[in-house]
Amino acid sequence: MSELLLKVEDLQTAFFTRQGVIKAVDGVSFHVRDGETVGIVGESGCGKTVTGLSILRLLPEPAGRIIGGKIIFQGVNLVELSKNHMRAYRGKMISMILQDPMTSLNPVFPIGDQIAESVRLHQGLPDDMIQPEVISALRLLKIPAPEMRLNDYPFQLSGGMRQRVVGAIAMSCHPRLLIADEPTTALDATIQAQYIALFKDIQQKTNVGIIFITHDFGVVAKMCHRVCVMYAGKIVETAPTSVIFKAPRHPYTVALINSVPRLDRKDERLYSIEGQPPSMANLPPGCRFCPRCSAAQDICRKQQPPEVKISDDHSVSCWRIS
Amino acid sequence: MAAIRDFTIDNKSLRKKSRPVILQPNFIIPVVILTLLVICAIFAPLLAPYNPTVNSLKDRLLPPFFAHGGSTAHFLGTDGFGRDILSRVIYGARISLSVSMLVILITASIGTIVGIFSGYIGGRWDSFLMRVTDVSLAFPAILIALLMAVILGPSFWTVVIAISLLGWAPYARLIRGETLRLRQADFVTQARIIGTSPLRIMGVHIFPNVVNPLIVLATMQVGLVILTEAALSYLGAGIPPPTASWGQMVSDGRNVIDTAWWISFFPGIAIGLVVLSGNFLGDWIRDKLDPRLRQL
Repeated sequence: MSELLLKVEDLQTAFFTRQGVIKAVDGVSFHVRDGETVGIVGESGCGKTVTGLSILRLLPEPAGRIIGGKIIFQGVNLVELSKNHMRAYRGKMISMILQDPMTSLNPVFPIGDQIAESVRLHQGLPDDMIQPEVISALRLLKIPAPEMRLNDYPFQLSGGMRQRVVGAIAMSCHPRLLIADEPTTALDATIQAQYIALFKDIQQKTNVGIIFITHDFGVVAKMCHRVCVMYAGKIVETAPTSVIFKAPRHPYTVALINSVPRLDRKDERLYSIEGQPPSMANLPPGCRFCPRCSAAQDICRKQQPPEVKISDDHSVSCWRIS
Repeated sequence: MAAIRDFTIDNKSLRKKSRPVILQPNFIIPVVILTLLVICAIFAPLLAPYNPTVNSLKDRLLPPFFAHGGSTAHFLGTDGFGRDILSRVIYGARISLSVSMLVILITASIGTIVGIFSGYIGGRWDSFLMRVTDVSLAFPAILIALLMAVILGPSFWTVVIAISLLGWAPYARLIRGETLRLRQADFVTQARIIGTSPLRIMGVHIFPNVVNPLIVLATMQVGLVILTEAALSYLGAGIPPPTASWGQMVSDGRNVIDTAWWISFFPGIAIGLVVLSGNFLGDWIRDKLDPRLRQL
């Protein structure tokens, strides 16, 4: 088994707003190993992105803060690091790809300069060594004719190409952990498939650990080794990808998987989950999914379910299991 | 039939759109006037027919060439000391240009630094700096300048400092607003993700993206600064005589405006033309740089 890279323990992130304290991430625990892809899946607003930003400590301050838990990366608790220390980790050890390739590049600089910025910052190379690094980053992301692209501005590139450039920036300093926040959501289906194949290839070459944040179980099936299903700030089920598709245990996981359109079934209508996720400012006292759960019992409404380990790598938080 | 007509109309409007820059009156007229200003300022000794500060009492209060009793020896007439108005207007361009360039350089730099810092750092610094900006915007600039002139004595640098003292506030306001928008932008988050320092984010990622509005505001301010300098000189708190300055010349003529109107009139026209040119050029640049218009 490969080395443990990241261990998140009981992470709690809150936003202090005028409406009160909103716990966007409430006791999340998971881990990532070298060369492993862990998917974090859930609806919009369930805390996936906030989890990602918490690991990099890039929450919008002063409103957003980590109020509890540990983020242990290669034995170092990132929560306790000083700001300057943390900055040395960003880009070099841990990197991130944002959702929208149209806005995540600076419109006024050629892409070569934007990749070089990260290289210059972390690798301490002499000036004439930087360009080869930039080109190799572009090559890693399979951008054709990288030497010709260095002086291109973002507006000259297509969406898929820009997302590759964003990937090149993220990978330019050979990080150990990559947080990909819905990197394929803004791309169309064919480009999406290419991008996923590309990252699988990059992972094989570099053995980088990836946290893949998405709402799309179809993407999870292609990309991830393990999956954490998040709902309203909590992880409700964790399992290897193969297990989660064959034997999902949490009603929310079941519902999510059923809402993926499938070509091999001839159902009349696509399944969808009734209702909306609860407001994070006003959570139900019991299980957070129970207002939308078809199997809800009395206890679900009163008490939060404990996490139950079904097997070594499969755990579920649901009263029906315990 | 209708379709064909529509097509021709479209074609015409397309052609109109692609009129070369040089023929757009909003661009070319202000540029010509401002270029003249710069040429006058630089080559004043060559262009001016007379020394602007030497009195010649026998030539007192001569009218311009087209008025009764005027001659082409003094095209725009002379003032109460017999100094040539045309020469003084040409030399006055030096003061207007140098004051406005210096003031804009100083105010734009301070305002941009304050604005980016305030907008990016946020929190208490932002509140503090923006309250200072509010006070600066609310305070009458002429009053401060008069006060400065009294304390430091009227001189070129007093004028520059006096106008700059409050003049940075509009820049700070504008740039802060832009920065607030940009700090939310994904590319700034992306820069933070790779570990870029706050100082570098402000300088390298935010600053180039606020240059467009900055240029527009700076151009717009040219007129305002020249007007303020003229007002100060008019009030006697500006450039000390006998150096020729437009505001002061307007002031010189105010006692004889009913008989020797040309003393105030020509420098007044110069002020008006330059101020309007600055504003029109600023408008034109804004339209050109506005990305929403550019994408059409």
